[in-house]
Amino acid sequence: MTTPKVDPAGRRELPVTDREQQVLDRIDRARRRAPRVREDRITMSHGSGGKATHTLIEAIFLGAFRNPLLEPLEDSAELSIAGSRVALTTDSYVVSPLFFPGGDIGDLAVNGTVNDLSVAGATPLYLSAGFILEEGFPVADLTRVAESMRAAAAAAGVSIVTGDTKVVQRGKADGCYINTAGVGLIERDVALGVARAQPGDAIIVSGPIGDHGITVMLARGELDIEADVRSDTAPLNGLIAGLLDAVPGVRAMRDATRGGVATIFNEIATAADAGVLVTEDAIPVRAEVRGACELLGIDPMYVACEGRLVAVVPGDSAGRALAALRAHELGAQAAVVGHVTAGQPGIVRLKTAFGGTRIVDLLVGDPLPRIC
Amino acid sequence: MRFVDEFRDADKARALAAKITALCEPGRQYKLMEVCGGHTHTIYKHGLEDYLPESITLVHGPGCPVCVIPMGRVDDAMHLAAQPDVIMTSFGDMMRVPGSHGSFFDAKAQGTDIRMVYSPLDSLKIARQYPDRRVVFMAIGFETTAPSTAMTMLRARAEGLENFSVFCNHVTIIPAIKAILDSPDLRLDGFIGPGHVSTVIGCRPYEFIARDYGKPVVVAGFEPLDILQSIYMLMLQLSQGRSQVENQYSRVVPWDGNVVALKAIGETMELRPYFEWRGLGFISHSALKVRDEFAAMDAELLFEVPGVRVADPKACQCGEVLKGVLKPWECKVFGTACTPETPIGTCMVSPEGACAAYYNYGRMHRDRVAEAAPAGRP
Repeated sequence: MTTPKVDPAGRRELPVTDREQQVLDRIDRARRRAPRVREDRITMSHGSGGKATHTLIEAIFLGAFRNPLLEPLEDSAELSIAGSRVALTTDSYVVSPLFFPGGDIGDLAVNGTVNDLSVAGATPLYLSAGFILEEGFPVADLTRVAESMRAAAAAAGVSIVTGDTKVVQRGKADGCYINTAGVGLIERDVALGVARAQPGDAIIVSGPIGDHGITVMLARGELDIEADVRSDTAPLNGLIAGLLDAVPGVRAMRDATRGGVATIFNEIATAADAGVLVTEDAIPVRAEVRGACELLGIDPMYVACEGRLVAVVPGDSAGRALAALRAHELGAQAAVVGHVTAGQPGIVRLKTAFGGTRIVDLLVGDPLPRIC
Repeated sequence: MRFVDEFRDADKARALAAKITALCEPGRQYKLMEVCGGHTHTIYKHGLEDYLPESITLVHGPGCPVCVIPMGRVDDAMHLAAQPDVIMTSFGDMMRVPGSHGSFFDAKAQGTDIRMVYSPLDSLKIARQYPDRRVVFMAIGFETTAPSTAMTMLRARAEGLENFSVFCNHVTIIPAIKAILDSPDLRLDGFIGPGHVSTVIGCRPYEFIARDYGKPVVVAGFEPLDILQSIYMLMLQLSQGRSQVENQYSRVVPWDGNVVALKAIGETMELRPYFEWRGLGFISHSALKVRDEFAAMDAELLFEVPGVRVADPKACQCGEVLKGVLKPWECKVFGTACTPETPIGTCMVSPEGACAAYYNYGRMHRDRVAEAAPAGRP
């Protein structure tokens, strides 16, 4: 397939595909260089969950705090305390608007931390809750948020056992920010981590993607689009327990939040130094979400979820894993969406529904709506 | 999803691809330019090149509104945005475009009030909300977006809004195509005509391409099957020795364009004598300015705009890429110094830019493409 081309001057040069290959190899090398933050100031891109976020974390935080427990950059750190395996995680919530169809910042703050512990194979036990409140924030709203946190904690079987409250001047925050941290106990004999993914493994998504991100985007009311979508915020510990019962050899789990499933596929490819091949047709997406994404010119694979699991399982256990997930109401639409491959390490490729192939890279910043 | 899935049917694509391949003359190479950045985006997003025989090369044209904005204009916009009472509004695509001192995003991080809007009309909302500030809309785009800028100006006038103005950077597609046709270093066989622009200007303005330059033009829609069908229509013309303007996107594009939209543009804007295009240089009558009747809404008159011409970075070969002389990966800095995170040239910024599209979607080792694509190249 490499036909030598003749340039206009009549000289024969390297076949086009070989020259292109050289360039691609050079890019591969450039991408493996240590990340560096080039900006002088933080921009919104640094919070989008894409490349800028990764660079910031690796260059600044990992640079400053480096230790073997942090290095895997999983959703939870795994600690060994007095002979027990303990998972520890933390997450801050700054969603706007605070209330949206299907949930609010309160259940998000509980479910998010429960999920970060659950995907580490832990049974979530205790949570902390820190509140940063803006002067003037309605007490009725705070009561409502606290009530949904109570309900979410009860549903997930965890207790909120410690907390903190700070109030800042009007204009210094956006109503209410919440930080939660959580601990859980890893009782099962599991060894999880995206670096453990191997060629031949199946990649499973537990349900339709992008519901949360689209719901929040529409709830902001800036787009004048209406659609019947609700946030998918939910605790995944029950679903995950069922999966681990059926397939103890699960290699890795992540909950797809900011950056969507595309970001997780990339994390798998990078950490495992393997390729990932995803089939667009196989990824469950609700028609409403697809429609909104088409209108906005964004790809649902990058849109946030808050109750969706991405699991990597050995290829021969894919059937059992799928059955276990589908047995749970949160996993009714679970599907195998792709595989880990030996070829082209570090790169996620998508077989498009149209029958072509393309790369699915990390996002640079927020998914920007296209203008025409 | 109705009206979308029908245009992404892989079986139909395979059938069309076979017909296209059958029309290729053995030994002949075909270069077809898709003028519009939206097409470039579709081609990469759906992996459409996997369907084409190797003798057909798609050349990515200059039709990405962000990519053709010269650096000096970005600097001018930043200067406007930095005025103390100004709120600048801009489409999202524009936010990352580098000027000589960083992008809108960087300026925003330093406290400049720049807000992303989805429609120019949103700027009016902001203008009403902040009556003591001056709202400047960074207007960019081809004839596709010009009508919405025009409608916004007409609405602002009707409402008597006095704190809204437009920094007009609208460009017109025909002079750019002509510049490419006259460019000595490029040989093209045909054009995939821009669909969205044509919804406004119609198909007639392309007739000179077929008549004077002997190149076929097919105005195309934005779904992958639209583009494949357009390629088929071009190949059919080439195989029959015809050069005509044909309309594949007839479900949306009227042959004579959108009279109402053209009228709105005509009421509010007029042709500039010349305008600088990134990589293509100054092209006469290739851009729009605010009409004198709307001078009160012309940011170029209301504010002092530096108007300094800034040379593109030396290493940047956006011009050659925009003209289709170079493939994105053939640029010296592609993918190493110039990436979507740290773009040097504008082609790397917008998802419709040829470089960004290739980097984000197409940067793949060819043997792996063959492995992944079930119905790809033989």
